[in-house]
Amino acid sequence: MIIGLAHYLAVAAILFTIGVFGIFVNRKNIIVILMSIELILLAVNINLVAFSVYLGNVTGQIFAMFVLTVAAAEAAVGLAILVTFFRNRGDIAVDDASMMKG
Amino acid sequence: MTFSADLGLAYPELILAIGALVLLVFGAFAPKAARLVGWGGVLVLAAAAVQAAIGPLGRGFSGGIIADDASAFAQVAIFTASAICIPLGQRWFERRGVHNFEFPVLIVLAALGMGMMAAAGDLISLYVGVELHSLALYVLAAMHRDNAKASEAGLKYFVLGALASGLLLYGASLVYGFVGSTLFSDIAAAVHNGANTGVLFGLVFLICGLAFKVSAAPFHMWTPDVYEGAPTPVVAFLISASKFAALVLLTRLLAEGFGGAMIQWQQVLVALGLISVAVGAFAGLAQKNLKRLWAYSSIANIGYAIIGLSAGTAEGVQSMLVFMVLYMIDVIGFFACLAALSRKGRDMETLEDMAGLIKEQPGIALAMTAFSLSALGLPPFSGFWAKVFVFKAALNAGLPIAAVLGLVGSVVAAFYYLRLIKVMWFDGSVGATDKPPAEAKAIAVALALFSFPIVLAALVWIYPAAGRAAHAFGLA
Repeated sequence: MIIGLAHYLAVAAILFTIGVFGIFVNRKNIIVILMSIELILLAVNINLVAFSVYLGNVTGQIFAMFVLTVAAAEAAVGLAILVTFFRNRGDIAVDDASMMKG
Repeated sequence: MTFSADLGLAYPELILAIGALVLLVFGAFAPKAARLVGWGGVLVLAAAAVQAAIGPLGRGFSGGIIADDASAFAQVAIFTASAICIPLGQRWFERRGVHNFEFPVLIVLAALGMGMMAAAGDLISLYVGVELHSLALYVLAAMHRDNAKASEAGLKYFVLGALASGLLLYGASLVYGFVGSTLFSDIAAAVHNGANTGVLFGLVFLICGLAFKVSAAPFHMWTPDVYEGAPTPVVAFLISASKFAALVLLTRLLAEGFGGAMIQWQQVLVALGLISVAVGAFAGLAQKNLKRLWAYSSIANIGYAIIGLSAGTAEGVQSMLVFMVLYMIDVIGFFACLAALSRKGRDMETLEDMAGLIKEQPGIALAMTAFSLSALGLPPFSGFWAKVFVFKAALNAGLPIAAVLGLVGSVVAAFYYLRLIKVMWFDGSVGATDKPPAEAKAIAVALALFSFPIVLAALVWIYPAAGRAAHAFGLA
């Protein structure tokens, strides 16, 4: 079997879906949400690199570099906010983030 | 185009980027001079706004950055709104014992991201702009770090904002793959005769991601929680400049990139706009917390702006730009009022807190009345003119049903604005309020005067400027 563009796109789509479900279905830990966000961004990177190779055009790979950099910054900001949340609550369970409702 | 000519187009962004770095280093070495950093931030934003207004026009960096009438109009409005939020927010934090110089630096960085969003001509610069502004805003929302509500608001904003960026990015990757380029002009050439399924799929993801950022229903679920928990001056910033930037970006993407697929996105936008108006109007009826109430009001108002945009004509875009500028002035003013009010050191945020405010703080109560009437759309306040332009554009573009349903939503929403006015004017006072801080009161009164009567004079300038901006997007 030849691994073609469609296979890469399918893998990326599956990873993306797992990531989105990880955010909405997960009821335990906020760290898992951060991992899901990372999964979404990596799915996009697979898409970009696969398209880039298929099209023979480097723009997608350059875009992927930007995504990697931003993902690192995003994780740093997310963890920092998580630390302030932990200091105020002493816990990082998802169900704890429910002071405001309505 | 030479590299130096390219740089000339990006001067507003460069001023902000270098300014933010200089302020950051200065603040790190002179931690006592936080106020000086604040004024430095205002100065940098003012310089960038002037540069955006008088700078050269054109397309630079192989089309990645666009400097035209539209980006200049949006950048001047965004940088001005950001500059107003710096003194408002810094003093608010000082009164709560948070003496930090990072607040103005983060506002400048967020403004830089918004400036890039307004000037993006490529999916990569679009993404970098969106992320630059989002990352700064997540931190700003959680800035009051000893406050449990603020850190929860920051966390929720981060998680849902990151999800929105993920959707946006997935859409961008699909569009890139099926078009073969990230430039808006190349995308426009590829979808000249309607978009194929792959591109359309990507477009839907892109619209969903941006709808999250402007909190259009059904992507609004984070808005009430974040706005209730985040510090009041930060909410003023989130609700005004950030939404305007995202709407300008959405306009740029749809008009310049996907002009050929207008039939397809017009229906999506009409639906988004009407659902937002309905959700904002009906869900707001049950709210007692004013920040939450204004979150729902903002969802409804974004709905009107999107209805204007969905007309898909230059007139529609012009009405959206005028609407958003007038709305930004209203919300910043309203949140300046909230930032100015406290009773025995406790923030006044609920409807009951406002009882009899007209006897305690007549100036601020009058300003809040003006902002409420303006948001309600009562003539001759600014909100009335904003809505007139939007509904006129929708009617002229053949969307009478959208205009009528929008008006019905506005009548429903009138209930909560009038209830606030009734509570302030006719209910018994519940105790003396603290003396309002000078800067918040001054901003509130000045913006209330803008909402009426200065708006009548200012529209003479804003309306044609928005018209030139709208024509720069290349719609008919």
